[in-house]
Amino acid sequence: MFGLPTQDEPIPFDELPLDDPLLFDEPAGVVIPDIEWSAIAPNLILMLGGILLLTVVSLVRGRTPSWFSAVWTISTAVFAGVTLVPLWQRVQDDGAESVMAGAIGLDGFSLFVTGVMCLSVVLGALLLEGYLRREGLAGPEWYVLLLLSASGGVTMASANDLIVMFIGLEILSVAVYVMAAMHSKRVSSQEAGLKYFVLGAFSSAFLLYGIAMVYGATGTTNLVGIQQFLSETVLTQNGLLLAGFAFMLVGFGFKVGAVPFHNWTPDVYQGAPSPVVAYMASGVKVAGFAGMIRVFVVTFGPTYGADWRPMVYALAMLSLVVGSFGAIVQTDVKRMLAYSSISHGGFILVAVAANSEAGTAAALFYLLVYTFMIAGSFGIVTIMGRTGDGLHALSDYRGLSKARPGLALLFTVFLLAQAGVPFTGGFLAKFYVINSSVSQGQYVLALIAMSAAVVAAFLYLRIVVAMYFDGNTYRGESATLAGPKVRIPAAAGVALGIAVVGTLWLGILPGQMTSVAGDAVAQLVAIGP
Amino acid sequence: MTVDPTLLLAADGPVTFPILPALILTPLLGALAIFFVPARRDDAFKQIALLTSVVTGVLSIYLLTAFETGEAGFQFVVDQSWISEFGISFHLGVDGISLFLVVLTGVMFPIAIMGAKITHDIKSYYGWLLVLMAGSMGVFLALDLVVFFLFFEVVLVPMYFLIGLWGHGDRIYAATKFFLYTMLGGAFMLVAIVALAILNQRGVGGDLTFDLVQIAQNQAISTEAGRWIFVGFAIAFAVKVPVFPLHTWLPDAHTEAPTAGSVVLAAVMLKLGTYGFVRFGLYLLPEAAHWAAPVMLTLGVIGIIYGAICATMQKDLKRLVAYSSIAHLGFVILGVFSITTQGIEGGILIMVNHGIATGALFLLVGWIYERRHTRQISELSGLQKVAPVFAGVFTLVMLASIGVPGLNGFPGEFLALLGAFQTARWWAVVAVIGVILAALYLLWAYQRTFHGPVTPGNEHFRELRWSEGLVIAPLLALIVFLGVYPAVMLDRMGPSVDALVEHVDEQVDDFERVEITYVGASDIPEPGHDDDSDGPASDEHGEEGE
Repeated sequence: MFGLPTQDEPIPFDELPLDDPLLFDEPAGVVIPDIEWSAIAPNLILMLGGILLLTVVSLVRGRTPSWFSAVWTISTAVFAGVTLVPLWQRVQDDGAESVMAGAIGLDGFSLFVTGVMCLSVVLGALLLEGYLRREGLAGPEWYVLLLLSASGGVTMASANDLIVMFIGLEILSVAVYVMAAMHSKRVSSQEAGLKYFVLGAFSSAFLLYGIAMVYGATGTTNLVGIQQFLSETVLTQNGLLLAGFAFMLVGFGFKVGAVPFHNWTPDVYQGAPSPVVAYMASGVKVAGFAGMIRVFVVTFGPTYGADWRPMVYALAMLSLVVGSFGAIVQTDVKRMLAYSSISHGGFILVAVAANSEAGTAAALFYLLVYTFMIAGSFGIVTIMGRTGDGLHALSDYRGLSKARPGLALLFTVFLLAQAGVPFTGGFLAKFYVINSSVSQGQYVLALIAMSAAVVAAFLYLRIVVAMYFDGNTYRGESATLAGPKVRIPAAAGVALGIAVVGTLWLGILPGQMTSVAGDAVAQLVAIGP
Repeated sequence: MTVDPTLLLAADGPVTFPILPALILTPLLGALAIFFVPARRDDAFKQIALLTSVVTGVLSIYLLTAFETGEAGFQFVVDQSWISEFGISFHLGVDGISLFLVVLTGVMFPIAIMGAKITHDIKSYYGWLLVLMAGSMGVFLALDLVVFFLFFEVVLVPMYFLIGLWGHGDRIYAATKFFLYTMLGGAFMLVAIVALAILNQRGVGGDLTFDLVQIAQNQAISTEAGRWIFVGFAIAFAVKVPVFPLHTWLPDAHTEAPTAGSVVLAAVMLKLGTYGFVRFGLYLLPEAAHWAAPVMLTLGVIGIIYGAICATMQKDLKRLVAYSSIAHLGFVILGVFSITTQGIEGGILIMVNHGIATGALFLLVGWIYERRHTRQISELSGLQKVAPVFAGVFTLVMLASIGVPGLNGFPGEFLALLGAFQTARWWAVVAVIGVILAALYLLWAYQRTFHGPVTPGNEHFRELRWSEGLVIAPLLALIVFLGVYPAVMLDRMGPSVDALVEHVDEQVDDFERVEITYVGASDIPEPGHDDDSDGPASDEHGEEGE
């Protein structure tokens, strides 16, 4: 009753269109496709970097200096980032390609996302370094998982096949499940890991189910094939396909924390180790959105945009409203930032709902800015958690402006950037999104998004108030910061520096990056001749 | 991108120094300098702030002298591409409408910096003040919608900290309310700006542009879309002005802000909204502005009456001045939305003169608070006997605020009412009551504060210090000078306002005005200036001369 165009009469076996490539792959015999190593170099470097790190550290057994893993991870990510440059040139000059027998797409979009993933690995590793030392948790596993999960994210962003995308998603997620639970001295960390795992596995199942339905409706899991099939064929009954959309949207919606699939976010963000949250909020989200855009905007967008857009529209609206209103009633900074990240997710969904190239570029730019802002914010949360990673109540920030004025100022910059104050990247990211949304006629959604940003601003101001105003009376007496002394590890300082420079740079001189984001077009091309 | 070549005329003229960017960058550099000076060097900060703000002020006065009187277009234009992807550029320019607001900003900031003392967090205080100055300058100079919005929004941050850190009483509440109210207005404006640019692009083709002048000249969007977009702009500006139902942040913010904050809020920041109405309402969307005029006029008149009544009821002197601002800005709205030369000129005059007079009032109230640590009118009594000079200064400023002829409050209100009378007679008639109410609440407050017996606590009220006198002297001079000779301003703004009114007339059919002829107006020749608008100015002059 769903899906494939049905025929009344069953077709005799010998009349089956055996040579139809949509129904069957190559005939008997395994043909090994050409593997173009250079096209997947960034992904390979991240993955091999992770595996090699594990091997090396196991072989030399504890004789590596404590900074070794962090430096290794950062160099790997930077190296992977550097290899993007020639690939970017190649794509800009010769156009997008489909490699590995059509399973991997090489286009501006996937390269941009890979770059952002590398950035979030660098920031995450920098934050982890001091954190692990402070918490007495040193070990290379954190970094190995970080690199592997980034490799999974890159796979997702460049997948041209739903199965490959699912594999990428699993590599990404499983590593992060473990990392969320790895603070062995905190029960809440294990609780967070378990919650994340159970719900995440559940949502992966939804995604897989959706993939199966789409396969049932179109006869292929290859995105190029799906796009071609849908543009050439009019389905008389598309219920199966639409159900597939819905299920896949649940899967992606969970990864990006879109309401109503967001319930894990506050708990997991609160419980998981803070640097891991910095990575989760940036890297995992980036990968989730990359997958979503690749599947929905690029593959289904041209033909079935009208069908999925209302769903994403609703998700965007709910995320914006629930995220911003949910945030203002919290008293725990990590939970606040969790809700605010839901509301940011809503903003990016607004760009996705635009279903246009401008929307994709807006989402990419937003994700880049967001990575800087959120990694910076959680970087400060990491530092402020102090030994035990437990001091995250709003009251723990009281008087920070006196005790560590520099840290308070940095946090203020990140928070104001998140609120979308001009001359920070946050403003231009929002501007970009509103622009793409309005040009598709989504005025109401744009208004809701901006109003939600105002509500969210109240939350950011609450944190600023705690840092600057509380206990700072008119006469100038000030409350002192409670709890142990705040120490800023050198690596974390570097991470904050990168984050603040990025946030301001994208706000003051964004010209270059906006045109890069504009060039980062996602394209699906069939396997080359 | 192409810019109307006539706009660039002035740039080829004698002035080659990029004075407009300098007006924004000088205070910003001062703020950066303060940021890098170590916090223990307490004495340096005020000097840096004073120096850079005075330099900016001098630059703005130089701008006034270099300004080509009789030119309607934008002068000193600078156009530097910023985000080419969206056609956003740092397009700055000044015309007769923005000129005096720029000068006002340049003058009021040094005075606010000199006139108020603070006791803690000196470094960040002066840093934020300078950032605020740069932002305010940017708003008045920007000729690109996005750049305008950037500056319009960014001034919230320094003001938020100024109120929150150095304010009085319920300062956190006031600061947060101020921030969120204005930001909500900005949210609507941003969507309106983007929609306007995109619809303009669809209307005329070509690249996306956010250039104010181009979009205003094209007038390529449909009437209905223009009206919706106007509503978006109007909400943002109405919050900032503030227009009646959106005004509730103002009494809190003004009352709880530190003295310098109140001065700057009243003198400069409220003008961002009214200036926005002139530039981005009338100029950009003339048809929609004409369409919305009855509503805006009504809200303006409500503001006049409501502000005055509320001011009468206040027990707190500073709150009283705050409510009087609502009334005064109602007159600006009345004048601007009369869409007549006189009305708009009157509106701009009030913007500047309210800035001077109310700024001075807030300074004086701040000094009273410094001396007595109270602003309750009931606790102040008989100050005139103890501090006659202080009382004299207060009297002059108060009379200017009431709008007594001969002082600077009068010409603006007179012109605004005159303009409103031509297109919105009954609104003008009701608004006149506001003039009387202004006399009522200010004189009554003066009587309760300065007359009467000297109550305990007030015997040792300190007389005006020399330093304070020097700070307020320029304002007093301006109050008298601009009251006697407003032509200095009218001459320069006239051509631009005329051009604006013509621009509206082109876009609006069947726009009826009552013709008013002035007797004796033609006696004073004004180059390149419509005689009509000079009439009242010269009347004024004559009146004073008698």
